[in-house]
Amino acid sequence: MDKFTTHTGVGVPLKRSNVDTDQIIPAVYLKRVTRTGFEDGLFAAWRNDPDFVLNDPTYAEGSVLVAGPDFGTGSSREHAVWALQNYGFKVVISSRFADIFRGNSGKAGLLAAQVDEKVVQRLWDWLEDHPGGVITVDLESRTIRAGAGEDAVEDSFDIDDYTRWRLLEGLDDIGITLGHDDDIASFEATRPAWKPVTA
Amino acid sequence: MGKTLSEKVWDEHVVRSAPGEPDLLYIDLHLLHEVTSPQAFDGLRLANRTVRRPDLTLATEDHNVPTLDWDKPIADPVSRTQVETLRKNAADFGVRLHPLGDVEQGIVHVVGPQLGLTQPGMTIVCGDSHTSTHGAFGAIAFGIGTSEVEHVLATQTLTQSRPRTMAVTVNGSLPEGVTAKDLVLTLITHTGTGGGQGYIVEYRGQAIEELSMEGRMTVCNMSIEWGAKAGLIAPDQTTFDYLADKPEAPKGDDWDAAVAHWKTLRTDDDAVFDQEIVLDASTMTPFVTWGTNPGQGAPLGANVPSPDDFDEPTDKVATEKALQYMGLEAGTPLRDVKVDTVFVGSCTNGRIEDLRLAASILEGRTVAADTRLLVVPGSVRVRLQAEAEGLDKVFVAAGAEWRGAGCSMCLGMNPDQLAPGERSASTSNRNFEGRQGKGGRTHLVSVPVAAATAVRGTLSSPADLPPLGG
Repeated sequence: MDKFTTHTGVGVPLKRSNVDTDQIIPAVYLKRVTRTGFEDGLFAAWRNDPDFVLNDPTYAEGSVLVAGPDFGTGSSREHAVWALQNYGFKVVISSRFADIFRGNSGKAGLLAAQVDEKVVQRLWDWLEDHPGGVITVDLESRTIRAGAGEDAVEDSFDIDDYTRWRLLEGLDDIGITLGHDDDIASFEATRPAWKPVTA
Repeated sequence: MGKTLSEKVWDEHVVRSAPGEPDLLYIDLHLLHEVTSPQAFDGLRLANRTVRRPDLTLATEDHNVPTLDWDKPIADPVSRTQVETLRKNAADFGVRLHPLGDVEQGIVHVVGPQLGLTQPGMTIVCGDSHTSTHGAFGAIAFGIGTSEVEHVLATQTLTQSRPRTMAVTVNGSLPEGVTAKDLVLTLITHTGTGGGQGYIVEYRGQAIEELSMEGRMTVCNMSIEWGAKAGLIAPDQTTFDYLADKPEAPKGDDWDAAVAHWKTLRTDDDAVFDQEIVLDASTMTPFVTWGTNPGQGAPLGANVPSPDDFDEPTDKVATEKALQYMGLEAGTPLRDVKVDTVFVGSCTNGRIEDLRLAASILEGRTVAADTRLLVVPGSVRVRLQAEAEGLDKVFVAAGAEWRGAGCSMCLGMNPDQLAPGERSASTSNRNFEGRQGKGGRTHLVSVPVAAATAVRGTLSSPADLPPLGG
């Protein structure tokens, strides 16, 4: 996984709540056996609507998605994270993420930045006044910044310490866990014999 | 201070704990299916890693599989490739697989319990959000992403932050004709889709204790639909009786040792939950969804709501968008909503009791002229049991389509899909836009409501049907 320290990119307002992972990528797009190529399925149904934000050329370079509450609910499909990444998104900002989506983002290297609902509204307002404007997301200082001067938006975001550290260092989870192989082996030795096996 | 059930199960599985880090949790059972596993196996190959415990791993084919012509090669080449990839991965890494055509094939969350592999006090994961189903046995069971699937394959563990605890206490008894599905749909509309976020939930109280194991699975299945990390129910005599004759359940002395331990898996009297919700089952009625997330529901006897009925601006906007997508007018009685397709099946309501209940309502009745009824058993075992009891004949005589086992129209990865604009009453778990097919409109319902709707052609409960032989 690449290290994530700070990112500056075009902010994209997605003014919807409850954006479930079936909307992020419908099931028919999940049949691939690779981790790439899912960008064509991203928000597939909504992209049929010419007025959908991603069809606006202003946001062609969009990489910071600013969405309503309860983003990523529903299915556990990590394909939703890959589709966002394959399309070019590095950060999703929302006031509430579904647990599995947040976990998948942390594993795959997409930053899920949680902010107060008011901050989402301020970012939406700012993006309305500055279409195509860029947002800077600094993981080191856990801050979000859009614009300069009087109408600038600057605030902090939440992310758990462990995920932040892993993203900053670009660490491979499995490698870390395999470092505790002795602990796993000793635990296994204590498991009751009646626990079921599939073999 | 005592511990809650979920804290006991969690603590029994902590391999390693360090300040400022998530716990390293041991996983007792890892279930796999074809959609969320291929990239994980690829990751193992790239890093030259193996599956640490193939003997704690089980794979089945469910999401992509056709429910017609299941004895022939899968027609869709992309689906076929994904299924064949699972077969190759299972063979290469020594994982037990129940493929299409095998008598143990079926939806992963139906297969685990019917084999008896799902037992109290376990940790169970799968790359599928409805893994919460297995919580019905008093297990901590939750869905994971593909990166985590790879992590479990390689290490048999997961790094997890300890969730907060919540009790959902459902007092009283469910009235006649009101099911576990109505109970959980009522709960989700009460809490909203984010209400359980960050919590492991224990369902308890008289109404929960009175549910069969299959009813408990229906409730736990939909834990994820209100955002909970997992949902579980303390094991009791109902649990032990269900498990006793299952092929993979412990036998002899092992059974006695297991039951002795399982009996300790209860929330202590002096344990404290971080949060508690209390509901009264005796006031519940058949409950259906009208919107595009599982929290947008109402009693069947109600009308389609208006955006003005909600205080929060986000709820107003969400309602407006949902009504537009669903093609519904505010104020319309839900009972007047005409349905094109009825789907009985899925990991929520595709078990034998569900099929018996559906058949009991359909017996001697006919599916409405413009309505299609699809009955899809959750597993091959469920299909064979239903056929042994003659339920298939009841369905076919009523004009329903009787199919092979799989996820089917719950998510439409196989050919069982809604056409754009088509409306369904579905016993599945998600009414998201396009979930059952692009442009499809889904109402989530219980099994009795599904069966009665198929007969009347509009959203209905069995009470709306004219009595038979009258």
